[in-house]
Amino acid sequence: MEIKSMRFKANASASLANVVLQGNLKNAKGKFVTKRAEALRDLDDFEGTRDAAKAIRNKVIDNLDLWLERFERKALDTGAHVLWAKDGAEVCRLVTEIARKHGVKKVTKSKSMLSEEAGLNQALEAAGIQPVETDLGEYILQVDNNEPPSHIIAPAVHKSLDDVADLFHKVHGTPRKTEIPALTREAREVLRGHFMTAEMGLSGGNFLVAETGSVALVTNEGNGRMVTTMPKVHVVITGIEKVIPTLEDLSTLMRLLPRSATGQSISNYFSILTGVKKPEEHDGPEHLYFVLVDSGRADVVGGDFHEMLRCIRCGACMNHCPVYQTIGGHAYGWVYPGPMGSVLTPLYAGIENSIDLPHAATLCNQCGVVCPVGIPLPELLRKLREKQTDAGLRPLTERIGLRLWAWVAQQPTLYALGARFGVRYLKWLAGKSDRISLLPMAPEWTRGREFPAPQGKTFREMYAARRAAQ
Amino acid sequence: MSSRDDILGRVRAGLQRNAGNAAAGREIMQAAMEGRVEGPKPAMDTAPAALLERFRIKSELQSSTVEVVAQESDVPAAVARYLAAMKLPTTAVVQPALAALEWAAAGLKVEARGARDADLVGITGCFCAVAETGTLMMCSSPDTPAAVSLLPETHVAVVRAARILPYMEDAWNLARAELGTLPRAVNFISGPSRTGDIEQTIVLGAHGPYRVHLVIVEN
Repeated sequence: MEIKSMRFKANASASLANVVLQGNLKNAKGKFVTKRAEALRDLDDFEGTRDAAKAIRNKVIDNLDLWLERFERKALDTGAHVLWAKDGAEVCRLVTEIARKHGVKKVTKSKSMLSEEAGLNQALEAAGIQPVETDLGEYILQVDNNEPPSHIIAPAVHKSLDDVADLFHKVHGTPRKTEIPALTREAREVLRGHFMTAEMGLSGGNFLVAETGSVALVTNEGNGRMVTTMPKVHVVITGIEKVIPTLEDLSTLMRLLPRSATGQSISNYFSILTGVKKPEEHDGPEHLYFVLVDSGRADVVGGDFHEMLRCIRCGACMNHCPVYQTIGGHAYGWVYPGPMGSVLTPLYAGIENSIDLPHAATLCNQCGVVCPVGIPLPELLRKLREKQTDAGLRPLTERIGLRLWAWVAQQPTLYALGARFGVRYLKWLAGKSDRISLLPMAPEWTRGREFPAPQGKTFREMYAARRAAQ
Repeated sequence: MSSRDDILGRVRAGLQRNAGNAAAGREIMQAAMEGRVEGPKPAMDTAPAALLERFRIKSELQSSTVEVVAQESDVPAAVARYLAAMKLPTTAVVQPALAALEWAAAGLKVEARGARDADLVGITGCFCAVAETGTLMMCSSPDTPAAVSLLPETHVAVVRAARILPYMEDAWNLARAELGTLPRAVNFISGPSRTGDIEQTIVLGAHGPYRVHLVIVEN
């Protein structure tokens, strides 16, 4: 997927000015938050379960090479093929080769964020192979000129019922429907034909189980089951960090993933797929391929951002982020939005390609609080800011400003003098009001909001006065 | 260098892999595989009657419907009653594992085979069920094809009360004991297929069944 994260500020401004999008975001806001809170209630020990989940993920990423080898051996034992891809281009090449080898003309896809990273749909189309997105949200986006997703769990969350009604009327050539069940049925009927005729199914993988060499898939619509049951070839595209040890660990993580993602105690379907169809079986793929993808992950192992590899892609961080709730997912400019994306995009798509993302956060730590595997997202965002500064990637004015501030802060007398001048100037600016509607030195600050005016004395002055009075 | 070696090489470099920490890592791995440690689980009354009750309540919360019958021979009539009440077709595909029940005597026309696109009603058994979440565990095999619970618009599942277990962890242990290795597909099913992709409004019947009816056999 093309990286548009450099245009974050412009994209965010456009999102804020988009009346339709703002309406849709306002409508969506809070729904996932409420559902998650309700779903956690019947888990007696959320903290304990989260600690266990964190320990499971740490166990694997702290010895990732060994677990990958173990998973590979088990998967090969089941009759699957295991392929490795360094980057998106290699993912595209490998999947196209598999498709050609099996004479595939059509591929049905259940949701795979890694295929978004790789731009796989475009590569398949270029090779004359038809990719069909089958998750309802992803399908809506695909038929709307391949619009990118704005949320990892609910890709079309930025669209309203009216948007979808217009779209289906246009692309299906059917009478315009205005009920959600009728629109869902229409998509079902279109996609059922594809499920029954595609020669290859493509899925992501929520987890890879080292004990059994299986892939675990979490879905609600049943499309994940369709693409892994009906076609003769099944290709799993997944990141190298997704391995977990045992089936017991899978159960522990499943107590958290659906609850954190959509507020369900369990997703509708949870499939653990191992090997290929036996000759006497009625259904299932004859060929199973795993494509284990690096795309930047290997270089994160053991470094400052190692903990990010625990991520199980539930999306709770974005659902709870005040910035995401206000601007939506597209402004982030790549596959992963929200706090998760503000860490992953710099790591996987380049720190220089996403200068503003680590700053697109209030560091309120809502994301850290809800993360089911305890990733300290604000801390990682701060580390990324430090890296940017160390690499000289911040704007010149900011760098000079910070240096100036650092120097002044080391001169107590000068600092006190500056602060005294500052608060008096700001009080004068406010006049009779207790709010400042325009900061001349930082007009962006007061565009659309007011700055609270100081009372005219610095903290140190007031502290000294109070000490004197006692 | 192959991509595999390149990727694993960089992972090893990141972990500062050497003979010493590799041996330690293997020990951790071995312990994890042998220990099969279970995480915290929600408390539950595991008496058989309580398990059945919890399974029923949780299943209904997942939008399944439930009927309890006394014995297996009551199943065909119960299924026929349900289909008639819902004004659904009386023709169904049934998993071969359940072919021996007296379906015709209950007025149902069933075919024991794998599922086809045109099938409207699919009747299955289940490997076991999980009371914690109201979930069916389906294991694929020639006698229990996976698509019978997926392609038809109506899925009727027969659940033996004795196979209702408290937690998913218990289901894994039962699979290990009875099957040895995992079948090609384990599908945990919790109610009808659904989507919330348009305005986060839940709609039943996305790509799989619109309705799931459970017939629990008590004895």
